[in-house]
Amino acid sequence: MENQQIQAENKIRAVIVEDEALARQILREMLRPHPEVEIIGECDNGFEAVKMVPDLKPDLLFLDIQMPKLDGFEVLELIGTGMAIIFTTAYDQHALRAFEVHAVDYLLKPFAAQRFNAALDRAKRRLGQQTLPNPGEFAASAREVGHYAERIVVKDGTRVQIIPVAKLDYAEAQDDYVSLASQGKKHLKQQTISSLEASLDPKNFLRIHRSCIVNFERVSRLEPYGKDSHVVILSDGARLPVSRAGYTRLRALLDQQR
Amino acid sequence: MHPILGQFRRLALYLLAWVPLGGILLLLAAPTGVNWPRALVLIVPLCLVYAFICLSAWYPCKGTPLATSGFSRLALTHLMASMVVSMLWTLMAKGLALALSTLQAFRGLDRQIAQGYPLLFGSGVLLYLLSVGLHYVLISTEASREAEQRELEARVLARDAELRALKAQVNPHFLFNSLHSISALTAIDAAKAREMCIVLADFLRATLGMGEKTLIPLREELFLVHSFLSVEKVRFGPRLNLEEKIGAETLDYLVPPLLLQPLVENAIAHGISNLTEGGWIRIVISCRDGPGDLVITVENNFDPDMPPRRGTGTGLRNVRQRLEARYGNQASFDARPEKNCFRVELTLPAEKAVITA
Repeated sequence: MENQQIQAENKIRAVIVEDEALARQILREMLRPHPEVEIIGECDNGFEAVKMVPDLKPDLLFLDIQMPKLDGFEVLELIGTGMAIIFTTAYDQHALRAFEVHAVDYLLKPFAAQRFNAALDRAKRRLGQQTLPNPGEFAASAREVGHYAERIVVKDGTRVQIIPVAKLDYAEAQDDYVSLASQGKKHLKQQTISSLEASLDPKNFLRIHRSCIVNFERVSRLEPYGKDSHVVILSDGARLPVSRAGYTRLRALLDQQR
Repeated sequence: MHPILGQFRRLALYLLAWVPLGGILLLLAAPTGVNWPRALVLIVPLCLVYAFICLSAWYPCKGTPLATSGFSRLALTHLMASMVVSMLWTLMAKGLALALSTLQAFRGLDRQIAQGYPLLFGSGVLLYLLSVGLHYVLISTEASREAEQRELEARVLARDAELRALKAQVNPHFLFNSLHSISALTAIDAAKAREMCIVLADFLRATLGMGEKTLIPLREELFLVHSFLSVEKVRFGPRLNLEEKIGAETLDYLVPPLLLQPLVENAIAHGISNLTEGGWIRIVISCRDGPGDLVITVENNFDPDMPPRRGTGTGLRNVRQRLEARYGNQASFDARPEKNCFRVELTLPAEKAVITA
C-alpha cells in the first residue's frame, strides 16, 4: 500500500492541451509505453486550460499553439511556466518564441514516436532539476521580432478577459500588477509595466511615467500641473501623471502629428 | 533608332522604291529637250542624295506625333521642312549641272535644264511629303507592335502571379495537420486512415492540374472543395458542419480554378478552428437574371471575441484580384462580417464551355 503510494507520487503528472481529438489521441497513444507518465487531464481549448491547469498543477504540459479562444502562448501568460512544457504544432515559425519561454521541446506535427520519446526524456531531465516557477510575464514579453501583441489576456478569477490592444486606454503599475483600463473598466494582471511596454507597439503606446503607459490615440490634451510637471487628459476625462522624460517623448510625438 | 536606316532590308527596299521615282523624274525632264543619257547622269546622283535627305523626315515626324498635334501645326511643320529641303535639292541640282557643263560632253547642260528647276522644286516638295507619310506609317506600326509586346508581357506576368497565388493557396499547414491526423488514425482505425490518404491524394491531384487551366466547370471546383472538406472533417470531426444549396443548373458554368477553395479554407481557419463547440459553413450557388450571372455565397460563423489573426485577407484579396483580372467590372466581390457570421458573395458572368465536336 505504502509502496504504491510512493510510486504514484513519483509519477509524472501530465496535462494535454490540444483542440483536435485525433491529436489528443496520438499523444495518449505515444504515452502508453511510458507508465511513469500519468495523464491527469485533457483540455480542448485555451480557456479550459487556464481554468484546469492551476488546479491540477501538472509536472508536464503538452501544449498546442493554434487553439480556439486562447493560443498556447496566451495560456502560458496566464498560468505561468512553472512546469515542463512541450509544444506540439504544425507551425515552425513559433520555435524561437517557444525557446524564449523555456519550453522543453517543440514537436512539429506530424512527429514520430522516437522524436516524442526524445522530448519526453528531455522533460524528465528538466524535472529532475530544481525549477523555479516562472511568472507568466515571461511568456508575455516573449514574441517574434517586430511583432507586437494584438490582444492582452487577463484572468479575472476563473474568467478570462481578452482585451484587443486597440481597446486598451492606458495601463498603470500597481505593485506586482498592472491595472489595464479598457472601455471604462479596469483589469488587474500580474505583470510588470516594463514587460507590458515591451509587448506593445511603440507607435501607439507611450510610456509617459515610471508607472504609466498611455494609448496615444486616447490623448486629448496636455496640461501643466504644479511647477514643472504635467498631466495628460484622455478623451474619457481620465488624468494621468507625466514625468519629465515622458513629457519630452509625448511632445515629440504630438509635434510629429502636426 | 531610325525605322529605315536601322534595318538593312528596309533601307534596300526603300532605295529600290526610288528607282521608279527617278524614272518619273526622267520623263518630266523630257520636255526640257535634254537627251536622256545626259539627264540620267544628272538625275541618278540627285535621286540618291534626295533619298537619304528624305529620311530626315523622321525627326519632324517624331517631334509632331499625328495623334497629339493639331492640323495646322502638322501642315506648317512639314510644308516648311519640305520647301527648305526641296530648295536645297534644287540648288544642288543647279550646282551639279554647272559643274557638269564645264565638261566637254555636257556643255550647255545648265542652260538647257534651267527651265526645269521649278518642276524639280515641286517634285522635291511632293517627294518629301510622301516620305513624311511613309514615316508616319512606320512610326504607327512600330508603336502598335510595342503595345502588343507590352500586352503579351502583362499577360505573362498575370499568369505568373496566378500560378504563384495558386501555389501559396494550398496551405502547407493544412498538409501537416492532415498528415498528423492520418498518423493518429493508423493505430485507431486503419481503414479510416487509408480513406483519408485517398481523399487527401484526390485533393492534391485536383489542385496540381489546376494551374494550367484558366477556367473549369463549377462541378470540378466543388469536387475540390468537397475533398478539402472531407480531409478537414476527419480533423475536426463533429465541429465541422457543412450546409449546401447548389442549383443543379449551375454545375456546368465555368469558374476560375481554386476560386472557392480559399474561401472555404478561410472559413475553417477563422471560423471553425476557433470555435470549441464547432461551427458551420454554408455554400449557396444560384443563377440570377435567367442564367446571366452566377452568384456564389460562402458563409461561416466565427467567434467575435477573437480579433483577426495575422494573415487575414491574403486569401480574400487573391480571390478578388483574380475575379477582377478575369472579368473586370462584370464580376463583383463582397466580403463582410455580420454579427457572428462572415459572408463572402461573388457574382460573375455565367459562361459555359463551348462544345467542340
